Amino acid sequence: MSARERILERLRAAPSLPVAAPDVAGWFAARRRHEELAQRIARLRNGLGSYHAEVHDTTEAGWPELLMQIAAAKQLRTLLIGSDTRHGAALEARCSDALQLVRYDRAIESWREQMFDAVDASLTLARSAIAETGSLILWPDADEPRLMSLVPPVHFVLLDAATIHEDFHSAMVAEKWGAGLPTNVLLISGPSKTADIQQTLAYGAHGPRELIVLLRHAQGDTA
Amino acid sequence: MSQTVLPDPANAFRQRSRSAVDDAAQRQNFRSAMDYLQTKRRAQFPDAQELDGLRDLGAVIRRYSLAHLPRLLEQLEKNLTANGIQVHWAENAAEANAIALAIARRVEARRIVKGKSMVSEEIGFNHAMADAGIEALESDMGEYIVQLAGETPSHIIMPAIHKTKQAIASLFVEKIPGVEYTEDVDALIRIGRQVLRRKFAAADIGLSGVNFAVAETGTLCLVENEGNGRMCTTVPRVHIAVTGIEKVVEKLEHVPPLFSLLTRSATGQAVTTYLNLISHPRQPGEKDGPEEVHLILIDNGRSQAYADEQLRATLQCIRCGACMNHCPVYARIGGHAYGTTYPGPIGAIVSPHMLGLDATYPLAFASTLCHACVEVCPVRIPITDLLIRLRNEAQARPGTSAAPLRGSGAARTALVSAIWGAWALVYSRLGLYRLTSWFMSRGRALSPIDQGAWTRSRTPLTPAPRRLRDLLKDGQE
Repeated sequence: MSARERILERLRAAPSLPVAAPDVAGWFAARRRHEELAQRIARLRNGLGSYHAEVHDTTEAGWPELLMQIAAAKQLRTLLIGSDTRHGAALEARCSDALQLVRYDRAIESWREQMFDAVDASLTLARSAIAETGSLILWPDADEPRLMSLVPPVHFVLLDAATIHEDFHSAMVAEKWGAGLPTNVLLISGPSKTADIQQTLAYGAHGPRELIVLLRHAQGDTA
Repeated sequence: MSQTVLPDPANAFRQRSRSAVDDAAQRQNFRSAMDYLQTKRRAQFPDAQELDGLRDLGAVIRRYSLAHLPRLLEQLEKNLTANGIQVHWAENAAEANAIALAIARRVEARRIVKGKSMVSEEIGFNHAMADAGIEALESDMGEYIVQLAGETPSHIIMPAIHKTKQAIASLFVEKIPGVEYTEDVDALIRIGRQVLRRKFAAADIGLSGVNFAVAETGTLCLVENEGNGRMCTTVPRVHIAVTGIEKVVEKLEHVPPLFSLLTRSATGQAVTTYLNLISHPRQPGEKDGPEEVHLILIDNGRSQAYADEQLRATLQCIRCGACMNHCPVYARIGGHAYGTTYPGPIGAIVSPHMLGLDATYPLAFASTLCHACVEVCPVRIPITDLLIRLRNEAQARPGTSAAPLRGSGAARTALVSAIWGAWALVYSRLGLYRLTSWFMSRGRALSPIDQGAWTRSRTPLTPAPRRLRDLLKDGQE
């Protein structure tokens, strides 16, 4: 008999202790605030701010300019963008020589050293966000791979304000996560950090030292 | 049950505890760390009602998952396999390491980089790999420091909690070429970051633990702040996850309440920096991520706890460490004194199933039963009830239990058995009881002055000059 069969057999032989299924949806429904967008934005901003992330308000037309200003102020020289994205193209169309754009257009194995050593920053799109905990939701894919939000020391995230959910549970229900997930899903709440040395908080442990959220408002949104 | 010959575990534990409490600097470290973690946790739960409700929900999710454990493990295996993740089962540490080693040999791995995983500590993964000539490097900052120092973690969430920044600064100077002494924490973290970035890029395999495994979607959930877990699960071409069989939940929607309870209870964070959900290896067209993902499901004594209706609650644990953060014993003796991978109250109740009660029974007695751990446990494990049960099992007469625990009865001694046998005799016979109590009160002057540990800081116990029944009789007259 294999280890699998032996383990399962022992577990099946144990006494059965029936437990009613947990009512997770009920718990979250009872606590839901049914917030207006402005309140969700405010809570997200508070959360992200408390984790040391920067949040900048911007618009569909204005964000590339804003990103370049911030990049210039932080003296960033290279910025990693996805291989084939609308926002990547929008940035390329308006980017000046001061910021060199690098496309993530080949498998990591062929340029790992360069990614780890020679890229100052990256830009990815957030799929949505969670107001309650101040978290960004990313679904990395072939165009915007997983390491983009991890390896470069500065991570810009473009987030559409309208996509902000109230809480984690409503996000996964509204987006039907239970039907199946992609290779990787991430919740990101601030820059990488550690308190492993004498409980002293330090940022940029292994991932980005800075997380910069470009909060893109549609016409008529309140900031 | 055959008794393996062990060095007296009670004595060994006493000696380790003694040397721990004699180390004033370390006690100060633990005290301040525990105060910090308690304060942070408290701040995360301002609404007592919400906390109670959420703990109820967390407990039901965990108990429900355990009630359906065999079915959920099969569902998890089926969905992970369909997603392209390879599932392996291991009865014990040796089997788990052998599985990992077989993978490592097949892909000709020389370097493994590790995210934080207590299960990997439990199975002695690093040693097993070292014996096979494979480097297994810890990449969580705390674990990295502990490994550099040749030590083991003293806390399940904050592994280097016992070390001062001065000690870490000296350690870095000694062990990392070209490093200058600095007590600046930012600078120390930058040094660790630089060293480990090279290691991530060069590793053949990334090893991680699992916080929750979701059966319905075939998803591994990893909770962390540093990003090293993401590095380990994304950069190397092979990812191996190790986990206990109890970590499975049925539905994805069971994750948000447990995730919230975990981060708030563990470090007093509303949320950690990263929640990393992994459901597939690298897909065609994707440019990073491991080409192979493996999950090793490990029993290692868990099914023994599962077989017992009461002890099954041990497996509800989500490894937040709140019980140790609030334990007056842990705060004084620290994590290493326990001598087990998992210290503190959770260590005392889970270790007997992994290592045998004969090797671990003193831990069940290393508690004041003050209930602090029970009050903070996010999934409502009745820890003190389980400690008392294990104390009883440690004293159990051989052959009296239907499903004996490995090593039960190990704490039994002829002297203690005789004393309690006499006690039971006296208390179950009225005439004998009256006679004995009469002699006790008359002979109270003969009470020994030295009553062992009791009299080290207290006055000796002596029987009352008059028995209760005598006093009552006086009152009635």
